[in-house]
Amino acid sequence: MVRTLALAGAVCLAPAAFGQDGTARNLASACAICHGTDGRAVTKEVTPLAGLPREHIAAQMRAFRDGQRPATVMHQLAKGYTDAQIDALAAWFSSQKR
Amino acid sequence: MKRREFLKLAGAVSVAGCATPAPSKARVVVVGGGFGGATAAKYIRKWDPSIEVVLVERESAFVSCPISNLVLGGYSSLADISRNYDALRRHGVQVVRDEVTAIDAPKKTVRLARGGELAYERLIVSPGIDFNFGELQGYEAAMQAGSVLHAWKAGPQTAALRTQLEQMRDGGVYVLSIPMAPYRCPPGPYERASIVAAYFKQAKPRSKVLVLDANPDITSKAGLFKRAWSDLYPKIIEYRGNSRAVAVDGNARIVKLELDDVKGDVLNVVPPHRAADLAEKAGLITTNNRWCDVDWRTMESKAVKGVHVLGDATLSAPAMPKSASMANNHAKIAAAAVVELLNGRNPEPFKIINTCYSFVSPKEAIRVSSVHEWEPTQGTLVAVKGSGGVSAARSEAEGAYAWSWARTIWADSLA
Repeated sequence: MVRTLALAGAVCLAPAAFGQDGTARNLASACAICHGTDGRAVTKEVTPLAGLPREHIAAQMRAFRDGQRPATVMHQLAKGYTDAQIDALAAWFSSQKR
Repeated sequence: MKRREFLKLAGAVSVAGCATPAPSKARVVVVGGGFGGATAAKYIRKWDPSIEVVLVERESAFVSCPISNLVLGGYSSLADISRNYDALRRHGVQVVRDEVTAIDAPKKTVRLARGGELAYERLIVSPGIDFNFGELQGYEAAMQAGSVLHAWKAGPQTAALRTQLEQMRDGGVYVLSIPMAPYRCPPGPYERASIVAAYFKQAKPRSKVLVLDANPDITSKAGLFKRAWSDLYPKIIEYRGNSRAVAVDGNARIVKLELDDVKGDVLNVVPPHRAADLAEKAGLITTNNRWCDVDWRTMESKAVKGVHVLGDATLSAPAMPKSASMANNHAKIAAAAVVELLNGRNPEPFKIINTCYSFVSPKEAIRVSSVHEWEPTQGTLVAVKGSGGVSAARSEAEGAYAWSWARTIWADSLA
């Protein structure tokens, strides 16, 4: 199974491989305007989210939201997401190839 | 899933880069290769490669409105803000350089200017804006003579306005006329005033920027713009609210307001907008003869079934600007909805982010951001309470983020 998915990722993904987690994928797609498609950053100014540990992403989002981590913009955006959405985003980005 | 089954499944669908082409599940036609259309084409292919996507775009290259004000100041170039469509082709998007002249929704076809029709299962229209020139007497003739420009679509007019600013004498007056909201890019005119002022300050310091705003006050990031203007350009920028242009006299270089006339050396009059001509021809305009109302869960037109409308042409949801970030995210709503519908599933409501940077000097920028989500009782997208806001202050850090945003959204939309 693991091998199959790895192969699928390397060759070309069939639609069946998507869909199960469409909500997280859709939520995450909005972040791409600054963080790059699937969280693969194209500039050095932003954090590349793809493949980061999920606990780290979730903790940082909560720190932005709760004002514990200073930011230029993320403190304002993180307040727009529920705990469940933060966890879903963190899980989705952590599962993306770097 | 066993390996063999996977390979069988992969073989059964048409996927870019896979050896065996196979019949596609359905064809989606996307009209318009701007931030909305390009993103929709890319993401449909990304999220379901068994769907055939044809993007019809009349220009050979994309030119970005965001950052184009820096071109006016001489701080960037048209080459910097242009992209071709080759990278989209690598996603398996078929890019056709042509213009859609008509949409036959019952028959599910579009007609192409160069002849022939394209059939579709779902149609996505991201037409951008066109101008209501008729609201400004004398405008079209003056524009054809080159004595007034809008430069509100990046491209030849951007280059022409830059040339006029360079040729203007020191001590001249640049007049920027702003239409009543809603218009494309709410902070755009104030960014433009700032950047032209920065150029004057450096190159022709006795010159003036005269902003004639049809709106009563600055429509976006007002506090931050006013602070920048009083700190950086106190003797250069003059702002007049409630100053709606009604006519242009190109020969006399005059912009006529409701009560008085204003003379300038360079006339940059931005006319009121509406959804572009194609939206009008296709019956997609629903509101005030200007905008296209949509179902914000799918971006499907409220006027024509099977047709999704994106970007600046839409009747904006509450507190939603006409921006590149929004068009890009409209496209993701539409892409996900089209993929779900073509697979016999129900689209899920989205949550999207707007972020708009504006330069107030060649290096410093300010920003506004918001998060928008589906609100079932109101039946639209609304700004999430407690989220969003503007920059604490203008800064070079925000300027670096502005460039980062631009390069990233160009890539997310087109590469």
